[in-house]
Amino acid sequence: MTYIPHSPQERDEMLAAIGVKSLEDLFKDIPARHRFPKLDLPPALTEMEAAAELGELSTGNENVRTDLVSFLGAGAYNHYIPAAVDHILRRGEFYTAYTPYQPEISQGTLQAIFEYQSLICALTGMEVSNASHYDGATAVAEAANMAYAQFRGKRKRVVISPTVHPQYRETMRTYIQGMGLELAGDDPKANRSTERSRRSLDAGPEALEGLVDENTALVIVQYPDFFGRVYDFTRIIELAHGKGALVCVAANPTALALFKTPGEMGADIVVGEGQPLGIPLSFGGPYLGFFTTRKQYIHKMAGRLVGETVDNRGQRAFVLTLTAREQHIKRERAISNICSNQGLMALAAAVYLSLLGQTGLRQVAELCYHKAHYTAEKISKVKGYSLCFEAPFFHEFSVCCPRPVAEINETLLEHGFLGGYDLGQDYSSLKDHMLIAVTEMNTKDEIDGLVDVLAEVNHD
Amino acid sequence: MNIPTNLKFTKTDEWFDPATGAMGLSDYAQGQLSDIVFVEIVVGVGETVASGKAIASVESVKAAAETYASANGKVVAVNEDLSGNPEVLNKDPYGQGWMVKVEGADASGLMDAAAYTKYCEERAH
Repeated sequence: MTYIPHSPQERDEMLAAIGVKSLEDLFKDIPARHRFPKLDLPPALTEMEAAAELGELSTGNENVRTDLVSFLGAGAYNHYIPAAVDHILRRGEFYTAYTPYQPEISQGTLQAIFEYQSLICALTGMEVSNASHYDGATAVAEAANMAYAQFRGKRKRVVISPTVHPQYRETMRTYIQGMGLELAGDDPKANRSTERSRRSLDAGPEALEGLVDENTALVIVQYPDFFGRVYDFTRIIELAHGKGALVCVAANPTALALFKTPGEMGADIVVGEGQPLGIPLSFGGPYLGFFTTRKQYIHKMAGRLVGETVDNRGQRAFVLTLTAREQHIKRERAISNICSNQGLMALAAAVYLSLLGQTGLRQVAELCYHKAHYTAEKISKVKGYSLCFEAPFFHEFSVCCPRPVAEINETLLEHGFLGGYDLGQDYSSLKDHMLIAVTEMNTKDEIDGLVDVLAEVNHD
Repeated sequence: MNIPTNLKFTKTDEWFDPATGAMGLSDYAQGQLSDIVFVEIVVGVGETVASGKAIASVESVKAAAETYASANGKVVAVNEDLSGNPEVLNKDPYGQGWMVKVEGADASGLMDAAAYTKYCEERAH
């Protein structure tokens, strides 16, 4: 897409139209002394100097490609990304994050989004996918928005499992401020160190059953949950539907290649973090939120949606569709203020999924599963360590440690390992509990190395 | 443009039938919206509606609009068939396109067909 800047003549016409003489006049409401403050900046660098300085700065970052062996997950996972993903992403035709309005000049981008949507539907077992959100947390929060609109604000309760990612729950609390929604199942002020709250973490989705009532708009669970555990949600979904509520499952897309899909369980909304699908860890972003639902709720869905149609010559074509739902038309009556999508990351996911295919993705999931189970088995035999939960898990599991997790991680780092997530940060009843993630990237030697250091830490 | 003489009209292009208590979107409004692809009635039986409050949300291929109650009253029926067939709002706005029926409504203050015809013509210029 060619960028056409405005000419000086057009600029003058626009200024004349609003009755302003010069561009500077637009800023005269800003006091003169604040308009161009003296910035205390170092002298300008040459390109050579800048490259050297940035190179030097970047050596301060330790990355999982060349510096560290990672066993850290907790929502973002270190997977292999085929070289073709980046190659396709960097093509100029795709290199914008913006969703195109004009189908006449954007068929390639629109088709890429359409393919992404189709792949995500196949993966989740759902009927409709939007063009994506910023990240998993946003997608979860948008599910609450959607359920709120579905019941036109008449149902005031959202039940969210305490085993949903802590940051997703935090985003949810930020999102629903002022909407008059009540979050049940996740009270940030509750004393989580009590035995009762520990029991609610030990329990599966049945712990939520008593919270779902006729006032509940949405029930949110995670699959696998934050501790890596896999539950069949069919029963809680049936129970919620019996009360008229919707159910949202926040899923790990890699796990969906191996396990029953939330769609098969009867979920109304399936969302998740798409980062595992060909997007690098990148110190936290940009990531990708995927969002799917059933056709009957499509008018309540946030975000862009690409549809397939035929043009005036009968040829297959793609367009943004059902846009009247969105904020640029519906203004303050729109369900969500999100109109854009995460185009480039959605493309990465589409390319990754296409390259791996159904079999390839399943192989990745199986490798993760078996390596994680090998790791868990070995760690559980190390003196002082034990697995916290008995439920089946995918590629992540919680370990009770003999020492504070921060201390253990320091030692691990000295040996070149990025240790697991310290669950005590979010759950005071899980002090000294480490969440360990294992993917296809971890070799047997690395796993054995991790186990050796863990054993050493306990002997110190 | 079809403006039946037995109906009353609002300035926001809704109609009201004093004989049946039905209300909906006028022929002029459906023409302005073009192809209607989605309609959701946002009130239920037993609820009271007030003139000027939304009773339905309508989306066409190019716009989204609220339909407002044309009179005060208590909802006694809702057209459940509309959500599955939003196109009837284009084809038959005064017949199959009715949205809700109310009782106890007062049609005074609404325009008659002649006044509404004039109102529509004025806007056409």
